[in-house]
This record gives sequence, structure tokens and C-alpha cells, in this order.
Amino acid sequence: MTTDAPLSLHVPEPAVRPGGTPDFSNVKIPKAGAVPRPNIDVDPESIRDLAFSIIRVLNRNGEAVGPWAGLLSDEELVEGMRHMMTLRTFDARMLIAQRQGKTSFYMQHLGEEAISCAFRRALSRGDMNFPTYRQAGLLIADGYPMVDMMCQIYSNARDPLKGRQLPVMYSSKEHGFFTISGNLATQYIQAVGWAMASAIRRDTKIAAAWIGDGSTAESDFHAALVFASTYKAPVVLNIVNNQWAISTFQGIARGGSGTFAARGLGFGIPSLRVDGNDYLAVYAVAKWAIERARRNLGPTLVEYVTYRAGAHSTSDDPSAYRPKTESDAWPLGDPIMRLKNHLIVRGVWSEERHKQAEAEILDTVIAAQKEAESYGTLHAGGKPSARDMFDGVYAEMPPHLRRQRQQAGV
Amino acid sequence: MARMTMIEAIRDAMDVMMARDERVVVFGEDVGYFGGVFRCTAGLQQKYGKTRCFDAPINEAGIVGAAIGMASYGLHPCIEIQFADYMYPAYDQIVSEAARLRYRSNGEFTCPLVVRMPTGGGIFGGQTHSQSPEALFTHVSGLKTVVPSNPHDAKGLLIAAIEDPDPVIFLEPKRLYNGPFDGHHDRPITPWSKHDLGEVPNGHYTLPLGKASIVREGAAVTVLAYGTMVYVAQAAAAETGVDAEIIDLRTLLPLDMETIVASVKKTGRCVVVHEATLTSGFGAELASLVQEACFFQLEAPIARVTGWDTPYPHAQEWDYFPGPARVGRALVETLEA
Repeated sequence: MTTDAPLSLHVPEPAVRPGGTPDFSNVKIPKAGAVPRPNIDVDPESIRDLAFSIIRVLNRNGEAVGPWAGLLSDEELVEGMRHMMTLRTFDARMLIAQRQGKTSFYMQHLGEEAISCAFRRALSRGDMNFPTYRQAGLLIADGYPMVDMMCQIYSNARDPLKGRQLPVMYSSKEHGFFTISGNLATQYIQAVGWAMASAIRRDTKIAAAWIGDGSTAESDFHAALVFASTYKAPVVLNIVNNQWAISTFQGIARGGSGTFAARGLGFGIPSLRVDGNDYLAVYAVAKWAIERARRNLGPTLVEYVTYRAGAHSTSDDPSAYRPKTESDAWPLGDPIMRLKNHLIVRGVWSEERHKQAEAEILDTVIAAQKEAESYGTLHAGGKPSARDMFDGVYAEMPPHLRRQRQQAGV
Repeated sequence: MARMTMIEAIRDAMDVMMARDERVVVFGEDVGYFGGVFRCTAGLQQKYGKTRCFDAPINEAGIVGAAIGMASYGLHPCIEIQFADYMYPAYDQIVSEAARLRYRSNGEFTCPLVVRMPTGGGIFGGQTHSQSPEALFTHVSGLKTVVPSNPHDAKGLLIAAIEDPDPVIFLEPKRLYNGPFDGHHDRPITPWSKHDLGEVPNGHYTLPLGKASIVREGAAVTVLAYGTMVYVAQAAAAETGVDAEIIDLRTLLPLDMETIVASVKKTGRCVVVHEATLTSGFGAELASLVQEACFFQLEAPIARVTGWDTPYPHAQEWDYFPGPARVGRALVETLEA
């Protein structure tokens, strides 16, 4: 007979569920400017604490402070502001379009705009992102035409992907945006492979991998960290921790680890945590990590601490699993509001300019939408031909597909 | 021309391509310094350096995933999965990623990638070193699947696979690495040095993917085989005296239907053989295609001789393996039907 007490299984739970009062007291937030900025060739061992802190630049008064500040000009910041506002307006219009049945599905970025918009600014032409479905700011901030994005969302006659992909799974080699899979984490290791190829060919391009907090649990994430660490691949390993993986809170993927950034420590990869709602901080950390990769110093892991203010997708209702007011309680605020305050403090922005910019951007997005819809929407107007379905499976169509296309009568 | 084993021919194909094309890189578990557990990459690291041929962590999803990233960059990786049985962790990368990049990006991103894997049994490898998972690849749109049966073909097909713009699964029947094997495990082994198909041309040559080879002409029955079963079928025909026309498919996808249909229309009978398990195996596809194309010429039901629907056993290897006796019985029964 054993005298041991019976074992019990630990299943983590978020601090609060619907009906409760939002509580983010577990998110320890250091003061803006408090985290030092090491040299890019720093020994990873000496900056382990950066995996448990949060690098922040904008303080509560809207001032840019500390060693990570001072990298962007007024013009660049105003442009960054417009990128984020454009992405938010784009999202709002596409959400409505989905509700009106013009497409099957949509995924918005609400609250996470700073991450992809600021990151893009730190990259160079020729670098390659391996994005998830919530980094369209990489395209917007690089000047990819919104009409093309919308045509993809509508799967219409001008869809650059010929109707083969779920909405928002864009692809643009020219804009350094790898075709989005839709399967989670698979592309994390591909980014490492792409970066290894660049190093093998003695090129100067670097890669950026993207993943969400939930998907870090996938084996492919760990494969990517092993390969990146072993071969010192010129890659930035981005984790967007927006607290929620559909209905699953980040603690289910994180387990007993203090932070997601800490995952990198066991691999000897410099690992930083950054305020994902702070455009300046995201840019500064991205630039640091990208420079390390470019100088052949190897991979950097970056955790962006943010909050998914909207639903996971148009097929999701967050009120079923988290308090409705949780978003308002998020202690790192809203990225657009925070940059707006900063620009006003800098004296290059005002409430009027903001309203004016909102109106201009809305006009631009509506004009793009009108043009895109003139080429069709999912169920009306022009659409890719059924014949297109058989093309592009292989470089050259094999006989069995030719036979099937014939049978399909297209 | 030189006499080579299948291992040497495969290595020669990679050697030729690495010398011709700097984009070709080779990696996998134990592939670099040591040259692979079957020695297929021996000497390549010494010759081409550590950035062209290197050891990988034991992570098949990582090996294939990284190779996909490299292929999309513009390299032509030719990677090794140590045994086809180890491929399952990489299956998502192969199916959802490698096979679909071209299609889903409308040709913006492509995946010129070769995944080499030793396949099949006959070496007392038990469940985890003997499987033949070809049907798991032929079922996936966007992949090509190749199974060579001799050194000459292996080199020409592998060079064609490396030059192919799309992902190719290259399954190497490991029991054929050192010599043809007809299923008579209790008889002395014939080395490739004593076989005509051990004659391998020097330098660069290709065999087209999607072209079968008739290894024995005959009038009585068509046998569709690939890999090790090509030799088992030949032994079965010789031992039963059945005038079988034996087709080595060489490529399962794209499939050379022209050669298959012409043969079955001539013989009016068809036996399909493979080492993989029966249910939903590639033989089911072959039987279906043959009856669709040749129904009115068929004089007997199409027979399948395959491995049993069990895991590949260890001690019972030769009870599992579809040897010449079982294939011979099927030939005779098909003639008598």
C-alpha cells in the first residue's frame, strides 16, 4: 500500500472569465526608458533579464524616453501614424464587407497595428517576412496596393492569387511577404531556412519569422529555434503575444515559463520583450534585432507584448470567453492613441490634423474598396475561372490533371 | 561508364549536380561529416564544404521546413530523411507547405526540393525501418513521387528530380542499395557489379520523371511494379514460366499511363505488386486506373499482391514480404481466371 497522496492535474486558467473584473496585475510593466539598450554584439548570457522585462519608449505623458528613443524623425513618425490608421480603417471596412457577405472571412489587427507597421520600417528591400495572418501592416507600410489586398479578400477576377487562398492569406515576393500558409507555425522554421540560404549564398538579406503566443506550442517553433541557434541564421524570430489564441489564454501555451521570450534563453538566443503597443519601442527593438542579423551575429527572439482587442476572426465571439471590458483594462493602451499623443507632444500633430487624416484615409480606403468591388466580390461580379483551379499545381500540368480539367469541362 | 552500386549512383548524381549548380545543397541527419548512415553522401562535405553539405539536428520537420525556406529563396536542396519511417514529423511541411507554395502564391514562391528517403524492408529493420509510405505522397497534389529500382535509373532520375522546379519525393528501396533482390532471402546476394543496370554513365544525364520502363516483354499478363518488387516479379515470372510483361513504373506520380494501358490492352491481364500495405495503397489507384482505361480488354480481375495490412514485423519479415511465391501464385491465378 502506498502512502503517497493521489496526484492531481494542473490545468491553468486565466485570471478572469466573462462576468469578472479584468485584472492585468500579473503583467509587470517597467517604466518607459528603464530597460538598457545593449550593443548588438552583446553576449546573450549577459542580457538574460531582457527576456523578463518590457522595453518601452513612450511614457504616460507621451514623451519618448530612455536609451531606445530618438531613432525616428518627425516625418517618419507621422508616416508611421498614417500606416497604422490606414490599417485600422482598412480592417474596419473589410469587417463590414464580410458582414455584408462580400467575402467569407476576415481577420483584423485591432490593437496590434504598431507591430507589423513599425517592423516593416526597420527592414530593407529584399528581406523576407514569413508572416501570420495578423501582419498586414507589413504590406500597408511598404506601399503594397490596398486594391490588390481587397481583390484577394474578395477572391474576385483581379485576385492576385486567383481565388485559391482564404481571405487575408496574401503573398507578395516584391514586398518581402511570403505566402501565408494558414497552418500555424509551419513558416517559422521556413524563415530560418530562408535565412540560412541567404548566408549560404553570402547574400546580405535577412529573414523575419512571425508567430502568435498560442502557436509557440507547436513543434515547428522549437525546430526553428534549434536550427536558428545551431547555424546562427540571420533571422529575427518574432512572437506576437496578444494574450489570446482564439479562446485559449496565453498561459496554456506558455506553461511554467515566465515569458515567451524566455523560450529563447535555452537556445542561447538573445531574447527581448517589447511593448507591442509602442510604435517607437517596436521600431527600436526591430532595428536592433535586424542589425544583429545583418551583421551576421545570428538570430534574435522578440516577444511583442500586446492585446488582441478584437475577435480572433469574423468566426469568433470573444465575449464567450473573456470579459467584454478586458480590452479597455489592457495596461499598455492603444498604439494609435499613444503615438497620437506623442506626435502632439512633439508639436507635429493635433486633434484637427488627426481628424483630417482620418477623413483622408477613409476616403482613400473607400476609393480602393470601390475599385476592388468593381472587379467583383466573393458571390457577385467577376471571379477567377474554374480553369484557373487546375493551373499552378505544378510548373507543368501533368497528364492526369489535364484529363481532370477536361472532365470538369472548363 | 562505371560499375556502381545504387548508393554510389545516388551519390554520383548529387556530386554531379553540386559541381554543376551552386544552388544545390545537401543536408540531413548524419549526412555531413560521416556521409550518411547508408553512405549516400560520403565525401560530399569534404568536396563541397560545410555550407553545401552538412549535418542537421534530429528534427525531420525542421529539416524539411528549413529546406522549404531555402528552396523558396532560390536554392535547390536535396535533403535526406534517414529512413522513410522517420518522415511523419515532416509530413505537415511536405503536404501543407512544400506541395502548395506554387499553387497558393500563384507561382510567386516555388519549392524546387528533393526529399530522399530509404524505403521498404528486407533488412530486418522492424516496424520503424521498413515502411513504404509512397501512397501518402501520391495522394497529395503538388508532389511528384519517384521510386528507382537500379543504379542507372537512380542517378538519371535523381538528377532529373534535382533539376525539377517542383518538390519531388525520392524513395530509395534500401534493399536494392547493394544489389538487385528478388525476394529469395536465403540465396546468395548478387552485387550490382554483376548486373547490367549497375553500369552507370559518367557525368550528367537525366531520365524523365513520368516515364516507365518495360523490364521484361511478355504477352500473357502485365505486371505493374516498382522498386524491389521489380526483381521479385521477374523471379516469379521465371519460376512459373508465365510470359509476363513487367513494367517498372519508376515514377508513381506523374504516372506513365500510356505504357501501362498499351501493355494491358495487349495482354488483357494485370497484376499489381507492391511491398506497402494493401488497403488504400498505390495498387488500389493502379487497379482503378487500369480498369477505367482497359475494362473491355480485361479477361480477368486485376490482382494485387502486397504487404499485409499489419505493421512491418521483425521476426516474421519473410512472411510479410510479398515474395516470388506469392507473386507467382497471382500470375498463375490471373491466367487461369
